[in-house]
Amino acid sequence: MNILVCISKAPDTTSKIAFTNGNTQFDENGVQYIVNPYDEWYALVRALEIKEAQGGNVTIITVGSAADDAVIRKALAIGADEAVRIDAPATDAYYTAMQIAAYAKTKSFDLILTGKETIDYNGSQVGGMLAEALDLPYVAIATKLDVAGSTVSCQREILGGVQEVEVQAPVVISCAKGMAEQRIPNMRGIMAARTKPLTVVAPEALEALTSFSTYSMPAAKSSVKLIDPNNLDELVTLLHNEAKVI
Amino acid sequence: MNLVYINSTNGLSKAALETVTYAKKLGGEVLVVTNGNASADTLSTLGAYGASGVLQDPSIDGQDPSQLVKLVAAAAQKANASTIVFSHDLVGKAVAPRLSVRLKAGLVAGAVALPEADGSIKVNVFSGKAFGFVRVNSSVRIISLLPNSIQPEQTSGSCSVEAFDGQAGTSSIVVKATKKPEGAIALPEAELVVSAGRGLKGPENWGMVEDLASALGAATACSRPVADIGWRPHHEHVGQTGVAIRPNLYIAAGISGAIQHLAGVNGSKVIVVINTDAEAPFFKAADYGIVGDAFEVLPRFTEAVKRFKAAQH
Ligand SMILES: Cc1cc2nc3c(=O)[nH]c(=O)nc-3n(C[C@H](O)[C@H](O)[C@H](O)COP(=O)(O)OP(=O)(O)OC[C@H]3O[C@@H](n4cnc5c(N)ncnc54)[C@H](O)[C@@H]3O)c2cc1C
Repeated sequence: MNILVCISKAPDTTSKIAFTNGNTQFDENGVQYIVNPYDEWYALVRALEIKEAQGGNVTIITVGSAADDAVIRKALAIGADEAVRIDAPATDAYYTAMQIAAYAKTKSFDLILTGKETIDYNGSQVGGMLAEALDLPYVAIATKLDVAGSTVSCQREILGGVQEVEVQAPVVISCAKGMAEQRIPNMRGIMAARTKPLTVVAPEALEALTSFSTYSMPAAKSSVKLIDPNNLDELVTLLHNEAKVI
Repeated sequence: MNLVYINSTNGLSKAALETVTYAKKLGGEVLVVTNGNASADTLSTLGAYGASGVLQDPSIDGQDPSQLVKLVAAAAQKANASTIVFSHDLVGKAVAPRLSVRLKAGLVAGAVALPEADGSIKVNVFSGKAFGFVRVNSSVRIISLLPNSIQPEQTSGSCSVEAFDGQAGTSSIVVKATKKPEGAIALPEAELVVSAGRGLKGPENWGMVEDLASALGAATACSRPVADIGWRPHHEHVGQTGVAIRPNLYIAAGISGAIQHLAGVNGSKVIVVINTDAEAPFFKAADYGIVGDAFEVLPRFTEAVKRFKAAQH
């Protein structure tokens, strides 16, 4: 199996979220970047498991600047064979997906995996966009993935349950919890990552379709109203009369 | 013209009614496109939410997003649609991005409100820690609406239902099995949620959580470690790396309120926290707090809800 795993950087989950330039830009001051957890924990690790069991090659790809090479090296340390960086800022999901699609068209991947969403912009868009651009089937929000020959079996989430589906490779799959367990890179992996190939590719000329005009923070909560643990009738009354939620 | 795709295979969900209401509020005419075998009687009731007509392709079962995208694109062309609305549910997440590429139309993924005066649309970013305002730079726009962001608004009237051939070809996805637990309320759409964390000590204690949920008619959820240890199924895990939800009421018992947990639930309209530790960070995000032992408070809460419901009848 020749597997492409799409990797995004994302701010560490404990990052303080703030904006600058009149609330038009994410404030990167002091922010540590990690590999987006869905891409790393599920898509990348499952790709490596499939390769370890059946042979093949795992390439990671990201759209970003040289500053993102640290995140790429982390994914290489976990075990990917090689990396590709398309040298452009990932302006929106469409731009990102079309750049990756342009690269994927020049190769032949059997599986293209993404995380189910990024934890910064949460759009859940790139996988579906890639599938359309490459005219491939798309299994969204898969929680299991197995491969036998060219038959790809997935479990995917559906509203209120799960479904087992089969599809023929090549296919695009977005990956979610259940598919694999997080792997912590070891010293050997970290050393090996330094010398693994990282190809930098020039971007295609493309326009993004969307942009963020501004950002805002949620209003601060007023302070909590404490309820006597022996008087739950009071809580129920408040939820009914004051909060009007039951 | 506004086009709305709805999934009607299990009848008209609240999410479907929300999207039709949303499209109506955008202004202009609203046409609905759907697949599956819902009856014309059922679909015609969408007229009361603002639809002027429904196009239905019964030949598509809805399992393959590449068929649905062809259906919606054909309907968009027929209607000359300038805005296409989906629910940001599991089907919308699979189909809307495909449509964005097919039509070269910008996608606002996970809208939580109607457009602002400048046309930008509010979405959750950083897993609910902040909001962003998305501007679409293409002539056609696609909006996927986060469930439970607006309430369906019903007036009177009905609309016509017309058979429509989406020219969608065959499905490339073969369904082997479908598992839906009976009676369970789907978490992303739930208006009321009862959630518990490691403070519950073990899976054998979840009866208290389920009792309160069933007394309220709520869905159940849990913190990440609880799903990781296997006390509860993965799909109940809420938070930054689980499901992000915005119910009207979120009740959290024995959950500390770590930043990654809050990220997925702080869009909830009202939060109730039950924790033995008065210093638990969750109290800062709560509307109502009970400093107490979940093992005592949850059963009392359930009894109080039952008394309240009985008194209402
Ligand atoms: C990258 C990353 C992503 C993460 N993503 C998520 C996520 O998506 N969702 C998520 O939930 N977490 C996530 N976490 C984990 C998060 O940081 C916390 O560790 C987790 O939320 C804690 O779960 P908990 O509150 O159930 O357990 P604990 O932190 O152990 O808290 C248990 C709480 O129960 C209380 N308690 C104990 N006994 C009782 C009792 N008898 N009655 C009432 N209260 C009691 C305690 O006072 C305590 O506050 C993530 C972490 C990382 C690093």
